[in-house]
Amino acid sequence: MAELYEELGLTADEYRDIVRLLGREPNKVELGMYSLMWSEHCSYKSSKMVLSQLPTRASYVLQGPGENAGVIDIGGGLAVAFKMESHNHPSAVEPYQGAATGIGGIVRDIFTMGARPIACLDPLRFGDPSKPRTRYLLGGVVAGIAGYGNCLGIPTVGGDIYFDPCYDENPLVNVMCVGIMPKEKLIRGVATGVGNAVVLIGNRTGRDGIGGASILASQEFDETSQEKRPSVQVGDPFTEKLLIEACLELLDRGLLVGLQDLGAAGLSCACSETAARGGVGMRVWLERVPLREDMEPFEIMISESQERMLAIVEPSKLDQVLEICAKWDLNAVVIGEVIEGDRLEVFWHGEKVADVPATTLASGPVYDRHSEKPQYLDEVRELDLSSLDHPSDYGAVLLRLAGSPNLCDRRWVYEQYDHMVQLNTVVYPGSDAAVLRVKGTSKALAISCDGNSRYVYLDPYLGTQIAVAESARNVVASGGVPMALTNCLNFGSPERPDVFWQFRESVRGLADAARFLELPVVSGNVSFYNESFGKAIHPTPIVGMVGLIGNLAHRRTMGFPGDGLLVVLLGETGEDLGGSEYLNLVHGLTAGNPPRLDLDLEKRVQAACIEAIRRGIVLSAHDCSEGGAALALLECCCAGRVGASLRVETDLAPHVWLFSESQSRFVVSVSEENLDSLRDLAGSWRVPFAVLGRTGGDSLSVNDWLELGLGEMRKAREEALERLLSGSEQTEDPQVFAHCL
Amino acid sequence: MRFGVVVFPGSNCEADCFYVIDKVLREDVDYVWHKERDVSSYDCLVLPGGFSYGDYLRCGAIARFSPVMEAVTAFAREGGLVIGICNGFQILLEAGLLPGAMLRNTSLHFICRFVNLRVENNATPWTNQAAARQVLRIPIAHNEGNYVVDPATHRRMVEERRVILRYCDASGEVTPESNPNGSLDNIAGICNEGFNVFGLMPHPERASEEILGSTDGLVIWKSVLEHYKEKG
Repeated sequence: MAELYEELGLTADEYRDIVRLLGREPNKVELGMYSLMWSEHCSYKSSKMVLSQLPTRASYVLQGPGENAGVIDIGGGLAVAFKMESHNHPSAVEPYQGAATGIGGIVRDIFTMGARPIACLDPLRFGDPSKPRTRYLLGGVVAGIAGYGNCLGIPTVGGDIYFDPCYDENPLVNVMCVGIMPKEKLIRGVATGVGNAVVLIGNRTGRDGIGGASILASQEFDETSQEKRPSVQVGDPFTEKLLIEACLELLDRGLLVGLQDLGAAGLSCACSETAARGGVGMRVWLERVPLREDMEPFEIMISESQERMLAIVEPSKLDQVLEICAKWDLNAVVIGEVIEGDRLEVFWHGEKVADVPATTLASGPVYDRHSEKPQYLDEVRELDLSSLDHPSDYGAVLLRLAGSPNLCDRRWVYEQYDHMVQLNTVVYPGSDAAVLRVKGTSKALAISCDGNSRYVYLDPYLGTQIAVAESARNVVASGGVPMALTNCLNFGSPERPDVFWQFRESVRGLADAARFLELPVVSGNVSFYNESFGKAIHPTPIVGMVGLIGNLAHRRTMGFPGDGLLVVLLGETGEDLGGSEYLNLVHGLTAGNPPRLDLDLEKRVQAACIEAIRRGIVLSAHDCSEGGAALALLECCCAGRVGASLRVETDLAPHVWLFSESQSRFVVSVSEENLDSLRDLAGSWRVPFAVLGRTGGDSLSVNDWLELGLGEMRKAREEALERLLSGSEQTEDPQVFAHCL
Repeated sequence: MRFGVVVFPGSNCEADCFYVIDKVLREDVDYVWHKERDVSSYDCLVLPGGFSYGDYLRCGAIARFSPVMEAVTAFAREGGLVIGICNGFQILLEAGLLPGAMLRNTSLHFICRFVNLRVENNATPWTNQAAARQVLRIPIAHNEGNYVVDPATHRRMVEERRVILRYCDASGEVTPESNPNGSLDNIAGICNEGFNVFGLMPHPERASEEILGSTDGLVIWKSVLEHYKEKG
């Protein structure tokens, strides 16, 4: 066994713990189960202690972390379930299937709670866009999300994409799903009731995805990564669609005691977690599991074959359950029963092949990892802006920003996703947040994902606070009140003290910002070991925010809605060029301190904006973020197809005012007669207020600094991504492209 | 008027069609399960969009063998009104109720966006509420909407004015640039010889409420209601 446990990714100490817990040596099946369940991916052994500081409660939180998804009450008898997850490593090895099965997994997490999935959002991070590998990965990931999500009939309504060389080998594919349900239909992944049947529903089990969680997700990459391809699961969206409909029908008719999806660690995880949560034991007869091929018991226990669900069913309701599954042409087989005690007993043709306490599988070891401030930090934060040349042509810089890989229009991507199916999408992708109406009510949900890893790299604590603030701000700009958040924390190896320091600081920032802004963290996911050839990615926490728009009429988009409106900037612009897109694009620098964030001001600016929207004063609203006020204004013009003539009074140098990424700012438009009300309202919230000018015409002008036509702005912004990805982009370095054409 | 929305395993726009007929048009509507063999109680059958049987084979190639398709075919042969939207259109092609076939979009990508459509014949059960050559703004969402048909059939369809909708620009010009998927002759929607069977790639149910950005889809729904009222 000694060699085997190492091969399976367990340490000598962990193996000793298993022997101690069992009072004997584990057999091969048991060792396989422990190796998966105690992997970083399943056990959160490195992150658990740090995550415990996150605020998770509010009066409206129905389910916090620890279940398949978080659930909040949105009033009127309705609840919303949501969660974000990563599928980074599978996507690096096999982008199409990696991304596709990522969607499959997160969608199952949502309907497992009893909710109908109504939206997906996918934050993606890729390497240098000029590299052929990046194009291959991006093309595959987008096609995988489209191929799977479109088939399910769940609209993909948002997400974001950033490019940075730190993701060259290790792209990030994070997936968020949101579902809605009548409150009383909420169900948990709990096994209770001794004698109840354990029913496996869905696809047959095969050898795909053997050891996905331990081999792929919990190790860094090296030159053997391609050999891990067999560890990537293969998706079958058609069966997933049938599973959604069948499970929701089963739940609707009240036929289930508990429901759990099979994801990482397959049956081992589903059986041990449901039993542990319910405080019961479980007996499983493995020979009953429908198989695609000849498999050994340990393979069946750890296979990560997709599109499978585990249901706990009272014997009296079993026939009805099987009947409904048959109607949807799904396999449904009783593979076990709930028993007294706490053991998970696994049988294979009458022979007991595993017998372990379920709770010891479900709650693995806990590590207090050593952390140490990385050495790079002091170096990169030092930045003398005065030593840098100022641009001479601000308009040219703005056009370049608008057409840059990180800031340009994402139409090429989101048009490959069905973002309209289900008829709820009332603000299409491309604005600050996606807005989905809640049919049968006057309400809507506003959902946004954010995470600027450049800020987090420069200051993990502040950078993560900004991610929380910005996602909330995006929800507010769309007319919603932020309610709760989910997150996906993507980092390098936790075994490296410098990486663990980043993680610790980042979670502290997440906790502090969430607590200050009164936003409970209801679900989330940690993805470690995002590194390749010994180099970690930028620390990349991503926040997914869900907000409620009480009245659909209050939804807003960023586009200026017409001529003759006044353009107002709420919030204060300062010298915040550190970590900016401007600095990166113009000077090739990722340096300095990220923008300052005053959470108290942030809260007041958001409160002022939402009040102004609700009172009908503000007609459009847009968050100022990457690219600064200048890019925000350009986006307002392009989205509204109207120009603006602006006069800025400032002591700042033009390029600072234009491109500084100062936080807590909104660009809003307001009619002349409401200007005074807006000024008063801003004053009452002690929010800095500046009238910039007026909308109209077909160009954007700011002082004598710049004047750009709508046509050239839209062309720069809207055609960039497709050109970039088709490989026809002209770059400063033609050699980069020479070899990939 | 009583609509039946056919549900195949893998359909995913059935609830949208149901919603529009029920809540927007306020007409009677039922789901029709794909194993159903009797559709005689309906005045119009809707084959909705989606990925029937996953569309792992040619789109619609398996769905056409569903038991309900025998009933749909008999219903159509007797002059019953049948509309196939997106995957529903593909199924009608596979079932031989409409001529031609679908190739993948020339971009080789799924495309979801609003397009402009020119009504080429407004004297049909599906377009009688449209003005001559009216431009409708309705979304498409498909991977295989690149329509092809043999030249002789194409000629006949044009002569018989059975090409109902063509992709066009905002001003109604049928141009190569306004063709989103490479479809022959910019074809977006066609009818059978009796005009009682209509297949189209765009989704009128997604353009039937102001809040979704367009109500042009209502032209199609209201046309069929008008036709029913007139003809009984």
